[in-house]
Amino acid sequence: MSDAARAPSRLPRLPAAPMAILVGVVLGGLLVLVSGGNPFTAYWAIVTGSLSWSSLPNTLNWAVPLVGMTLVAAIPLRGGMINLGGDGQMVVGGLVAALVPLYLPGPGWLLILCAILAAMIAAGLYATLAAWGETRHGIPMLISSLLLSYPAIGFASFVVGFPLRDTTTGLAQTPMIPEAARLPVLSGPLNAGILIMAAVAVIVVLYDRFTVGGYELRMRGLNARFAGYGGVPLARQMTAVMFASGAIAGLVGSLIVLGSQFRFQDGALLSPGYTWSGLMAALLAGGEPLAAILAGAFFAALQTGGFAMQRETAIPRVLTMVMQAIIILFLAIRHGIGRQGGAR
Amino acid sequence: MLDLITPFLVNSAVQAITPILLAALAGTLCGRVGVFNMALEGQMLVGAFAAVVGSYATGSALGGIVCAMLATVLFSTILAYGVTIFRGDAVVICVGMNLLASGLTAYLLRQMFGVSGTFSDPAIVGLDKIRIAAISAWPVIGWIFSRQTAITWAAWILTALVTIMMFRTPLGLRLRGVGEDAEAATSMGVDVTRYRIVTVLAAGAIVGLAGAQLSLGTVSIFSEDMSAGRGWIAVVAVMLGRNHPLWAALACVLFGFADAFSIRLQGQGLPNQVTDIVPYLVTLAALVLTHGRRRRRQDPTITASP
Repeated sequence: MSDAARAPSRLPRLPAAPMAILVGVVLGGLLVLVSGGNPFTAYWAIVTGSLSWSSLPNTLNWAVPLVGMTLVAAIPLRGGMINLGGDGQMVVGGLVAALVPLYLPGPGWLLILCAILAAMIAAGLYATLAAWGETRHGIPMLISSLLLSYPAIGFASFVVGFPLRDTTTGLAQTPMIPEAARLPVLSGPLNAGILIMAAVAVIVVLYDRFTVGGYELRMRGLNARFAGYGGVPLARQMTAVMFASGAIAGLVGSLIVLGSQFRFQDGALLSPGYTWSGLMAALLAGGEPLAAILAGAFFAALQTGGFAMQRETAIPRVLTMVMQAIIILFLAIRHGIGRQGGAR
Repeated sequence: MLDLITPFLVNSAVQAITPILLAALAGTLCGRVGVFNMALEGQMLVGAFAAVVGSYATGSALGGIVCAMLATVLFSTILAYGVTIFRGDAVVICVGMNLLASGLTAYLLRQMFGVSGTFSDPAIVGLDKIRIAAISAWPVIGWIFSRQTAITWAAWILTALVTIMMFRTPLGLRLRGVGEDAEAATSMGVDVTRYRIVTVLAAGAIVGLAGAQLSLGTVSIFSEDMSAGRGWIAVVAVMLGRNHPLWAALACVLFGFADAFSIRLQGQGLPNQVTDIVPYLVTLAALVLTHGRRRRRQDPTITASP
């Protein structure tokens, strides 16, 4: 095991990600070719549909939740932990963010502030349940975080389907939140949410680089047992990390609700699949926050480009999802993302 | 409360259990050779899709089953070679496989049949429900086994066979050795890599059956992401059962009954959003109860190193 564990680390780390992306592009292109399309028109549609001047705001708007969910995955991953419960945590945040401005009085800016904070706290606390399950009961967080998603989604679905439903429409959704409590629009589809997300991203990167906590988390990622002997309180750290991770998932939910949908709609937060794409992006970056943010933005561009491709070339946009998966698989297999193999 | 347990409930529970049981059996096999298989969800989806394609193309359910098994074995090569030859992290590979399965089946659904969401066609032949007159007359056994598919029968027979193979044969001994101490197994002359590859591929064939049951067992359709968390439940069953096929099967039975029970509760007027939660809460409770006393020591903590 030791030889195999050491060997890949001598390879230069840098080209791994670009290589993986290249392989994803080539294999995705082959898939298009086999199914009777033209890969070049498809890729041109993705590039122009995501990076041209007119589509850039759309890409940025898509990048806000995706980069957010990338951070949700990257923070625990930095410490060798995986949070698969992003869906549930995002839904908890989105629901709370929709309910606060609906049922609390007050000036708009205060409602926005309260809604976001409440969403972050609620989702963060929900996420710590998974950490508590591992530290207290020895249930692997990987599984408990995922399983906890289902009750959260089901509960939210029930709440907006029955007691708090907007009865004027036929859908399971809350009433619209008041105009005053919506995030201000910057231009086109872009709202102030991008500024908040950018600020959070900067904080996460700075925390990772320059604080003791960030250092301790990286130590845990390299060797959890060693970090424990070195005096890092592992259980407390896990709880704190999950709270931070869940809180950002809650923030993502609240920004979507307050910034673009203006109500909590059953299933609307989950259908774009931000959680899994975010996890992919975080894995692509090996959990390093700055690289993860870039990877998240890259996947966001890929996905908005996918919509354009579907409009213009009849090639389904799920192709971009296939490409993301190929990129990750290639990276995992070729360079052994988990090469330290601390687990076994 | 007791009047909720009816022959119908038992029968539908057995139906609901089949794909999960097969997937959990596959996960158990992989776990025994030291490969943590978290890709059951994606493998099941690939199997379900290939089963529909095969059934559509050949006009027989058997063709669908064969296609499902072949496709899932092929798909499982990613995991089999990824963790052995290429020494990738199993968790990362499995997450990638799940996403790949979800994207690829949705992509192919659109490109091959021109539909998105759900594909149904009269040309898709479903699995026959086997009805054995002698058995369906018996009170309890009859409820369970009458009008089930051949795959349901196969699932229980396979569970028994795998258990016997694992604990009563030299093959099983070597298999367990590979998972427990790869170095010791190597020194005994066991080719660890080959054991892992073959086991993961064989497990893939079993998950292919699970997929076929999913798409051809009751409804004869394929819809995007139709595995809908069943693969994850199977992963939990593997954990609850600690890689023992019988305990994993018991966990599946628990989940299947919770699932069928939740459908009964809907009939009592509870909204489905509430009842859908029941199986997951039962699973979580079971996890807390079984892990609670033993603490962490025995479980290798599952992590992914950045």
